[in-house]
Amino acid sequence: MKKSYYLGVDVGSVSTNIVLVDDNRELVYRDYLRTMGQPIRVIQEGIRALRSRMGDIDIKGAGATGSGRNLAGIIIGADIVKNEITAHAVAALHINPEVKTILEIGGQDSKIIILRDGIVSDFAMNTVCAAGTGSFLDRQASRLGIPIEEFGALALKSTAEVRIAGRCAVFAESDMIHKQQLGHKTEDIILGLCSALVRNYLNNLGKGKEILEPVIFQGGVAANCGIVKAFEKELGLEVNVPPHHDVMGAIGAALLSADAAERKGYTSFTGLDIVECEFSVRPLDCKGCANLCEVIEIMKNGEAVACWGDRCGRWSNRMTKLA
Amino acid sequence: MLVTFPHMGSAYVTLKALLEDLGVDVLVPPPCTKRTLELGTKYAPELACLPLKINIGNYIESLEKGADTIVMAGGCGPCRFGYYAEVQREILKDLGYRFEMVVLERPQGNVRDFIDRISLLTGGKSIFRVISAIKRATGVSIEMDNLERLGWEVRPREIKKGSASSLMKSFHSEVHGVKGTREINSLIRDYRRRMEQVETADEDILKIGIVGEIYTVIEPFVSIGIAEKLGDLGVEVDKSITLSYWIVNHLIKEALHMHDKREIEEAAKPYLKNFVGGHGQESIANTVIYKKKCYDGVIQLLPFTCMPEIVAQSILPRVSHDHDIPAMTLVLDEMTGEAGYLTRLEAFVDLIKRKKEMARDHEKKLLSRG
Repeated sequence: MKKSYYLGVDVGSVSTNIVLVDDNRELVYRDYLRTMGQPIRVIQEGIRALRSRMGDIDIKGAGATGSGRNLAGIIIGADIVKNEITAHAVAALHINPEVKTILEIGGQDSKIIILRDGIVSDFAMNTVCAAGTGSFLDRQASRLGIPIEEFGALALKSTAEVRIAGRCAVFAESDMIHKQQLGHKTEDIILGLCSALVRNYLNNLGKGKEILEPVIFQGGVAANCGIVKAFEKELGLEVNVPPHHDVMGAIGAALLSADAAERKGYTSFTGLDIVECEFSVRPLDCKGCANLCEVIEIMKNGEAVACWGDRCGRWSNRMTKLA
Repeated sequence: MLVTFPHMGSAYVTLKALLEDLGVDVLVPPPCTKRTLELGTKYAPELACLPLKINIGNYIESLEKGADTIVMAGGCGPCRFGYYAEVQREILKDLGYRFEMVVLERPQGNVRDFIDRISLLTGGKSIFRVISAIKRATGVSIEMDNLERLGWEVRPREIKKGSASSLMKSFHSEVHGVKGTREINSLIRDYRRRMEQVETADEDILKIGIVGEIYTVIEPFVSIGIAEKLGDLGVEVDKSITLSYWIVNHLIKEALHMHDKREIEEAAKPYLKNFVGGHGQESIANTVIYKKKCYDGVIQLLPFTCMPEIVAQSILPRVSHDHDIPAMTLVLDEMTGEAGYLTRLEAFVDLIKRKKEMARDHEKKLLSRG
């Protein structure tokens, strides 16, 4: 019997992740791409790479998540478009049905998800403070000339942690520069930075939340062993990093699509030949009122397939009528 | 004299009706848009809270259109709102605008003073005429709130999606064409009938109560239209604070020493025994009350740096835990990107939906065992 697969696409601000799970809900394919501000092209490239690796396989369901989920959903013809909090929770529960806390740190945002008895009971999400996210670490690594991949390992070499302010990325940076000019070792400063980020995360998102074991840490930043250590120290709990921690959102979307497609009895997936389709966007500067909404129309092979960005619904409602 | 005032959701309907009944020429400010926000953030102190900035944007847009008198509410207590009118007056004066500002605050033991301020606007109409106009306008605010509430009930249940929203939109465009409490009331009733006729499916839907700072709760421009967004996600909402609630309880009953705060104080008592300014105590109390009314969740809204609501925010997780009702806080500022808020709203709705399903499954199991 020909095997069937479910596709999950997570379009985030920094990375776009594409995964396939099979009938047994096992991960069989994963790809981590940089979004580079061009989600449509990256999705198409990702699908092209998938097709060349896997051949023309039978995809029975497709799901989209991440901040670009609506766009991704239109392009792949998703059976389900889900927010990243639910997607991350579904993926973590798949690995460990007992999980009680999920820590997630991505490029532009961070989340904490509290689960009890296998369902999400509370969550918090930070999108306003840069000090608690991956892009801040990225920036500091490049300032110090250290590849981000080696950042964590270097922190573990430290024997004397330096205290860095964690409340604000600007405060942290000036604190770091000050300590570096005093002559502190780079690894000590880096360890201090890891602790500062963890402190910021817990103060910002963890306030008033009961963090219990098992704890799963996912998202791109989970690759940083310095941060993992800092979490363990601060929480006094064991922190587990799953093997595919960086594509958990996409795994969640794929798992959700399997359920959605099964319920529907068919898939809306447009097929792997979407790589041949011509996608373009048409910006419409609406002058209907002083809001001057930046409306975007998504075109597939010259035909409008979606439209959004308007506050009043003048343009987007027209699309729903067409559909 | 051409009188204007700041926007706060549908409050303009009531204010327009009141002033028109008193024979005052009214200029309703243009609806809040990005331009309003830009004007406000440009001229207001950077650290001020968002409502003050939007107000300033409203005034400038109205003054540009020829208004010469501004009516603003005042207040006292540990919240910056009490200084709004003074600060706003000075900012506009510095910008070179010529206008009068009439500050209406809760009559503090002196009802006469309140009436006097109103007569500044009405040119010495008899006190009885003023009081009866206030009475009628209070009626408009109640009718208006009922219409909006009906919209929140209909939206998640409507069969043809968008019916409730398009009715409300057409109401807001038609109301500009009618004058005074009588005409406005009859228009509201007309729309109420039309709203009642929207075809709905009798679904088992989720209910979320909205608590928090009054301006962000009432003004959809700053709360990214949260009631409508939740409605489209299939959730019925209720707002714990409405304009009519504020008028009836804070303006009228408190002035007459009839405001009964016992229910609020009682509900908040285990967590917050004192008035902390604004509606901080109410946010805590209403979360408890929503649970009693079998709501599935509570969302707290506040403008960035709002002191009373920050106090409530830090207590909310405890209330949520004790009473087993999910609660989420959204802090609003000048961001116009909605993606982050939508993600949180969707995830919150997912959360309460799953929680409800689990509770139902559990109940079924118990019943089948029995």
